[in-house]
Amino acid sequence: MTAPAIQLKGISKAFGPVQANKDISISVMPGTIHGIIGENGAGKSTLMSILYGFYKADRGEIWIKGNKTQIPDSQAAIAAGIGMVFQHFKLVENFTVLENIILGAEDGRLLRPSLAKARKELAHLAKEYELNIDPDALIENLSVGHQQRVEILKALYRQADILILDEPTGVLTPAEADQLFRILDRLREEGKTIILITHKLREIMDITNTVSVMRRGEMTATVKTAETSPEHLAELMVGRKVLLRVDKKPATPGQTVLEVENLRVTDDKGVERLKGISLSLKAGEILGIAGVAGNGQSELLEVLGGFANGVGTIRMNGQELPLTGKGSNGQARRDAGIAHVPEDRQREGLIMEYSAWENSVFGYHHDPAFQKGMLMDNAGILDKAQEQMDRFDVRPPHPKLAAKNFSGGNQQKIVVAREIERNPDLLLIGQPTRGVDIGAIEFIHQQIVQLRDQGKAILLVSVELDEIMSLSDRIAVMFDGHIMGERVPSQTDEKELGLLMAGITQEPTAEDWQVVDQQFALQEEEHEGENNG
Amino acid sequence: MDKMPQWADVVLIPLISLLLAAILSALVILAIGENPWAAFKLMVEGALMRSAGWGYTLYYATNFIFTGLAVAVAFHARLFNIGGEGQAMLGGLGVALACLYVPWPHWSLAILGASVGAALFGALWALIPAYLQAKRGSHIVITTIMFNFIAAALLNYVLVNILRPVGAMDPATAKFPEATHLPTFRDMFSTADNIMFRGAPANVTFFLALAACLVVWVLIWRTRLGYELRAFGHSESAAQYAGISPVKITVIAMLISGALAGMMSVNTTMGESERLILNSTEGAGFIGIAVALMGRSHPFGVLLAALLFGFLYQGGAELALWTTIPRELIVVIQALVILFTGALDNMVRMPLEKLFLAMRKGDA
Repeated sequence: MTAPAIQLKGISKAFGPVQANKDISISVMPGTIHGIIGENGAGKSTLMSILYGFYKADRGEIWIKGNKTQIPDSQAAIAAGIGMVFQHFKLVENFTVLENIILGAEDGRLLRPSLAKARKELAHLAKEYELNIDPDALIENLSVGHQQRVEILKALYRQADILILDEPTGVLTPAEADQLFRILDRLREEGKTIILITHKLREIMDITNTVSVMRRGEMTATVKTAETSPEHLAELMVGRKVLLRVDKKPATPGQTVLEVENLRVTDDKGVERLKGISLSLKAGEILGIAGVAGNGQSELLEVLGGFANGVGTIRMNGQELPLTGKGSNGQARRDAGIAHVPEDRQREGLIMEYSAWENSVFGYHHDPAFQKGMLMDNAGILDKAQEQMDRFDVRPPHPKLAAKNFSGGNQQKIVVAREIERNPDLLLIGQPTRGVDIGAIEFIHQQIVQLRDQGKAILLVSVELDEIMSLSDRIAVMFDGHIMGERVPSQTDEKELGLLMAGITQEPTAEDWQVVDQQFALQEEEHEGENNG
Repeated sequence: MDKMPQWADVVLIPLISLLLAAILSALVILAIGENPWAAFKLMVEGALMRSAGWGYTLYYATNFIFTGLAVAVAFHARLFNIGGEGQAMLGGLGVALACLYVPWPHWSLAILGASVGAALFGALWALIPAYLQAKRGSHIVITTIMFNFIAAALLNYVLVNILRPVGAMDPATAKFPEATHLPTFRDMFSTADNIMFRGAPANVTFFLALAACLVVWVLIWRTRLGYELRAFGHSESAAQYAGISPVKITVIAMLISGALAGMMSVNTTMGESERLILNSTEGAGFIGIAVALMGRSHPFGVLLAALLFGFLYQGGAELALWTTIPRELIVVIQALVILFTGALDNMVRMPLEKLFLAMRKGDA
């Protein structure tokens, strides 16, 4: 019998009073993909940091290929054949692919021989693993998916046969994620061992052989992927039964709240991002905007939210809103009854250094209710924030804690609470569950549906087609700044939406279907898997 | 969870930095054959043991409070105002105009008028770089530095060609009228048989500086403007999401900053020289940067740091007077303090953070 590629025995690690890893043992056989799944803060990243030599475990042993191994730093990890692909790439933007690959692994003081050697090796790797990439391209000119490929090549160049990938699909489009999985599949065939850290159930079900579930620093289960189901994994992750499907009644649309006519937006580089968008949204319905990221959805939210200029007409409750100049800013939009949960909560929705209570009025701080004479009513805001956090189940419920100290899901809850609390007529919500753990996803989806049932209009933008399909009452698909068409979820499927997302509106040819088939092969498989399970 | 308790960040790190600077200074003094302990004693005696010494220490501190607050306010909006020096010079011009051309009945009114003049001129001098930053993206560090030179040249021109009294030889205005002379600490605290603060320039402006600390604290942490200012400083993209205008905040923050820097001149020009002279600022605008850094941009921290630098200035002057330690070395000592408290902050911070982490682990 072959020895496991990696075996961890009783790893424990504490940060002060926080026990990040408690007595963790796993064993991964060579030539397999092992998933580690858990909510944010469950201790996945700590465990992998120990394996890669960033942290030293308080207790426990690491065995690599049957030998007990000490990993005091990342050099030792590389020497042991471990390669890591971080969630945030560690690449030098203005270096070429080749230069990045030899960075830190140069053979001598002169670069030329190393570069020549790397070029040959790269060609070899490209052939062996179908990892094609132009070695002379600058990193900054590569797509995110290709940058990730460079990271993988970096590890392979250093002769890694154990690859750790930390949330690799977080930054990828669905098509890119699909390509990544094909590469991983190929690597597995060639005998590499892969550890995939993620919080997405779909990825685990798609590609792993075995999966370990972590919750609050402990390993709650290790199972064969074939013998489990998403529902079961979710329950193991959260510690209770979780609704993966959104539970909602049919919509009862009322009066028209938002009307957009022929809306155009040009960005600061002079590129037209919205090319004449028209849509309307009624009270009590959720309009989902589907599309591959970067097709104008962000700009639509920005211009509606008042922080990008545009040309065209936006009417809110029959009143026309200015699209440029003084009356076009976040304050004016809020006054008009538009609340906005932005796509990027860390860059836009929150001030990360501000405490939760300070964030709880961010954007609404002009409201007289939060003033006391010439000063801000800090004590009153604090009280309200505390009450809000309790109601929205923000954990930990400490309003004085800085936003950066909350997990992604809880940060999002702070933003959603703030925007919903204002009882807006229209809620703009972008990527509501990006980087949010399963328990919080369920909660946020419930909040959105509840708001709809109170007769509010909701404009939902998401790159997760699942989320669009399950939440929306109507779906509009965006491609290259246009709306390609509108569909009702019950009368469409992912294939049809996929065509629209690829910009194809005429009767599709065989070739078109091929494109879509490729793009959605992965999701199809999974749906079958779900039905069977 | 934060890495360190807050008191360690606010108190311990500056103290350790200061100690390191002191040790290194002692070594330098030792190297030129003087006794560092005696030098230190001399500094303390000269600056803190006599009321006259205090009178100088507090006079310098007053300048540094204003310029330190100026840098701190701008820094909260992530604007690095290096132009305190030039804004203070122009502030001096505002003071001079207010004192020379308005017939004030009493000093209490005159100080208000002069403060307004100083603030107005200082703010005006900050407005142009602010506008260029907000509208044109010209980097504020570069423009404010350049404006220091322009301010010096402008002041030179105005003093020599316009404000210099006929027949006078030095580039300075006429003496301000009697009614605008501010009460010094000597006037305020001496009794008939016990004269305090003899000959020292500290004056009522010190209390104006203390009030400014309080006002800045309220502004930054208790008002809507302060909330927006800090939000903008932390994240411009989030500020835009919230509907906070970057142009407006940049301009307002710099106006306040320039006004505070300008008000320093009430102390030097009105309180001490009682006429406007060239180079009345004596580099206080630049010391303000170190003061704000050391004081963590908090008004109370700025106050403490300003007192420290006041002590260094006065103690340094005493050293130059009574020992063979050359004046240049005193500048070296001051520079070491700036280096350790400002620039080398992380050198002390990182080992200390590790220490606290280890200690906490011990508890758990």
